[in-house]
Amino acid sequence: MVKAEAVHKSFGRLEVLRGIDLEVAPREVMCMIGPSGSGKSTFLRCINHLEKIDAGRLSVDGELVGYRERGNKLHELPDKEVCRKRSEIGMVFQRFNLFPHMTALENVIEAPIRVKKESRAVAAARARKLLDRVGLSEKMNAYPNQLSGGQQQRVAIARALAMEPKLMLFDEPTSALDPELVGEVLDVMRGLAGDGMTMVVVTHEMGFAREVGDSLVFMDGGVIVEEGKPRDVLTNPQQERTRTFLSKVL
Amino acid sequence: MAAVLVLAIIAGIAYTMATAPNLRWEAVGHFLFQRLILQGIVITLELTALAMLIGIVLGAIVAVMRLSPNPVVSSVSWCYIWFFRGTPVLVQIFFWYNLATVLPYVGLGIPFTPIHWQAPTNSLIAPFMAATLGLGLNEAAYMAEIVRAGIISVEHGQTEAAQALGMTRLLVMRRIVLPQAMRVIIPPTGNETISMLKTSSLAFVASVPELFTRSQQIASANYDVIELAIVASIWYLAMTSILTVGQYYLERYFGRGSLRELPPTPLQRFRRMLLTFHAPPPMPPDVAPPGPAVPGSEHR
Repeated sequence: MVKAEAVHKSFGRLEVLRGIDLEVAPREVMCMIGPSGSGKSTFLRCINHLEKIDAGRLSVDGELVGYRERGNKLHELPDKEVCRKRSEIGMVFQRFNLFPHMTALENVIEAPIRVKKESRAVAAARARKLLDRVGLSEKMNAYPNQLSGGQQQRVAIARALAMEPKLMLFDEPTSALDPELVGEVLDVMRGLAGDGMTMVVVTHEMGFAREVGDSLVFMDGGVIVEEGKPRDVLTNPQQERTRTFLSKVL
Repeated sequence: MAAVLVLAIIAGIAYTMATAPNLRWEAVGHFLFQRLILQGIVITLELTALAMLIGIVLGAIVAVMRLSPNPVVSSVSWCYIWFFRGTPVLVQIFFWYNLATVLPYVGLGIPFTPIHWQAPTNSLIAPFMAATLGLGLNEAAYMAEIVRAGIISVEHGQTEAAQALGMTRLLVMRRIVLPQAMRVIIPPTGNETISMLKTSSLAFVASVPELFTRSQQIASANYDVIELAIVASIWYLAMTSILTVGQYYLERYFGRGSLRELPPTPLQRFRRMLLTFHAPPPMPPDVAPPGPAVPGSEHR
């Protein structure tokens, strides 16, 4: 579903990604861990072209993201094409980023109506189902600031799912939550994984990675240090760097 | 003590004005509802509304251009603001009004083709048009900066979330960023509108028959200069007062979602006060009624 080959990315002089190669199969749940500044969030944002890559190739569902290949060169696609591609990829952010001037329901139906040109009735019907699924059927008409962090993040997940994406990206979805609210969000994600959604999850929740993830990637300094089955990487890391990191967080 | 002093000074000024020997208050009363004056008010309102419309629409466009990643587009916008903010609005009105003296005809055409259209400048830029253009184009420069401040105030995560959903740049701006920027844009825009209402009196130099021009035309005939200035002032004050109230409700509307519960309007506060005065309600007035309270729901 996702294929990255030698992906490079710099911010000014700082090289954040120094050649990332990886592949995510359909229905796979890949978790990415690593210290902050290791480039995992940046990589995630490259997948849906929120960040441009400087070198390498990155494709989703067999199609380059944000670029068109002509001859041997990559040309950046116009905004419209990038948007079409992005609409197939759902993303959930650390800080939720719900639209504060819209109710939960309006947040969820906005993109289906404006981007997919669905009728309001169709979009609202699906939105109700999705909000019900994330356990928020009671809160449809609440504004984001009337919801707890956990509730907001669940609305954000419903909002992303409303576009019926092929792939879901999670950028530290529980890092901004009170500890007691982390569980409800992870439960929703667990359910999603159980339904066969392809997911890339940047997280610090080792328990979730071990239990739900099909594969685990440890990143540091802009490169993938180690990858494998979550159980193997977490209990029997091969690299010294992985060992030091895990000894600090576990 | 200070309050007493201030009140005494104000009372003194009021008394001096009220009893000024040559000030004919009856003339003020007489001309307040004169037909010429009332017609002038209509022109003033039209001028204000049109100039603000040009200012807001063009200002929003210039603001979005200013934030464009394309350097040519953002430079053009920068130059626009630089020029129109850097020259006096009075001079700009004067410029449009007298354009015909140097440019008797204006036309549009495609070079090297017979397709050409032109008209006498005077027929296109009549006095009212000259004033509207002068005020509107100048206002756009100020509105552009106000809108830009509003756009910048919206957290970048909002744009990213919208983009991640596949929304195009224009759609993100229209549906996500601008509605939130409104909260920052509305208060200064209200100020600009109130200011425009008064600045529109500069249309005087283009002989537009608006409120101030009218009052001075009457004054030039009967020499009641101060009296008619007072008439104009009373009307300007009345109109700006109404706008101030309108601004309050507009700010309230665009503030929804940012406060958990909107503060009561003065009218609601007054009604609540009356209620508590007549019969003490069974529960304290600041306890919300049962059920989910949705801010602003009583206004939809």
